[in-house]
Amino acid sequence: MVTFSQQSSGKFLSTYRSDKWWFEPLWTGLGFLSFVAYTTWAMFQGDYYWWSGGQEGFGGYLSPFYSPLLFIKEAVVGSAPMDHSWFGSWPGWWPVLIPASPAILILAGPLSFRMTCYYYRKFYYRAYFMSPPACAVSGISQKNYKGETALLVFQNLHRYTLYIALGFVVILSYDGFLSLFRGGEFGIGIGSIILIINPILLAGYTFGCHAFRHLTGGNQDCFTCPNGKPTFRHMVWRGVSWLNSRHILWAWISMLWVAFADFYVRMVSSGRWIDINTWGF
Amino acid sequence: MALRNFKLFRGNQNEGTMEHYSVEVDKGMVVLDAIHHIQAEQAGDMALRWNCKAGKCGSCSVEINGKPKLSCMTRMNEYGPEETISVRPLQSFPVMKDLVSDVSWNYEQNKNITPFKPDPLKKGNYIMMQEDIDRVQEFRKCLECYLCQNVCHVLRDQRQKDKFIGPRFMIRLASLEMHPLDTADRIPDVKDTHGSGMCNITRCCTDVCPEHIQITDNGIIPLKERVVDRYYDPLLRLFYKLFRRKSPN
Repeated sequence: MVTFSQQSSGKFLSTYRSDKWWFEPLWTGLGFLSFVAYTTWAMFQGDYYWWSGGQEGFGGYLSPFYSPLLFIKEAVVGSAPMDHSWFGSWPGWWPVLIPASPAILILAGPLSFRMTCYYYRKFYYRAYFMSPPACAVSGISQKNYKGETALLVFQNLHRYTLYIALGFVVILSYDGFLSLFRGGEFGIGIGSIILIINPILLAGYTFGCHAFRHLTGGNQDCFTCPNGKPTFRHMVWRGVSWLNSRHILWAWISMLWVAFADFYVRMVSSGRWIDINTWGF
Repeated sequence: MALRNFKLFRGNQNEGTMEHYSVEVDKGMVVLDAIHHIQAEQAGDMALRWNCKAGKCGSCSVEINGKPKLSCMTRMNEYGPEETISVRPLQSFPVMKDLVSDVSWNYEQNKNITPFKPDPLKKGNYIMMQEDIDRVQEFRKCLECYLCQNVCHVLRDQRQKDKFIGPRFMIRLASLEMHPLDTADRIPDVKDTHGSGMCNITRCCTDVCPEHIQITDNGIIPLKERVVDRYYDPLLRLFYKLFRRKSPN
């Protein structure tokens, strides 16, 4: 008779589960890794992030990875006109070893929001940190596990990254509006639709954030004070809660779409794809 | 009727074996039914905890094929006809005998929570609006089956029972903290004594809850955000100080 403790060994990845528990951490881990790989590549390119069919004036397609354009390097293929830059031409002090790409200056903002998001924490703690890899599967055992109380205490700053993300929703909404014009003339193209859907999806993700839910009403114990009737705040909180209950869906769709939007602008700007639009060019 | 194979843990905290049993099962049977048949016909001395057989008492928590579940709510047709079903006691707690774990640690945790403390009644009755009590009602569905406590990796793998109270009691704390009539302040305890920072939001507690309580989204994260209000958000503190408003937390 073989005798053993009823408890699983506690060794890394030991479990009594017989299902495919590894599938979810695998696809989420690879999915996000693919996004990071594409984003990093696109960020370092520094070109083909703008297209307006050669027209000057108001309007054009701007890649969401490059918006806002804090500085613009002149004479780069597929770059935006200088009047779209917030602070003028590319700074002379920029280190030669780092590509002169406007995306490098801004991508940390939205990335910090996603990296401290309560949903992303779930999947990357599971997929990358194996803490735990799946439910009832032993992860990497730490002698002095501290959770989010020591090195990871910065996760508590998620609401500050929310404030940054809200700013990006406003900016990218303006870019969506901008995409409806070409040389000052109103119109619509496939790119306009893609760039308008982009901030809508990002808003669905951002406004369903747990920190936003807390700030809009989760910090209240009474939604009907002082007169016993539900307040406007309660209505807002319920709306945010509706989005929050689908936060995972919004997180993935918005992430994939923003990468696709960049890819579309890149393809059209480089002449590989033709944008179908009402301007006729 | 079909013959199904089972492997059930027989033993105690220190040692034991997975014993093989075969039993005839009928359509509509749950795992608990099959174990009862085994107990009645083949293993009269097997220890097994159960009570309501309706998914409402939370007594029959075990691990079936490695997954924490209520055996009375787990239908036999969830498993393939040739699949051997293994049943073990909860792994995060000491085994008393066979499929019964000693979950008394949880009752001790409950005693450490500051109880409900309403304002002294001046006159009339306490009145609460449904909108205010909806959030709290979700948490009151808890059966205290302790599947969430069992699967929480902080308690199960990292063995930090002295530092983290566990998801079941985080939602009890949330139900008290969010209660419109309660006046006690538990936020310092939530952070320090009960260890909200030990939870890294991997949501296994929510995944296994038989009552589908959104333990993480509606209980633990809102508590963590209240802790942030109090301890990690200097701008918010400044806002309340500058505008002389009382912080809700």
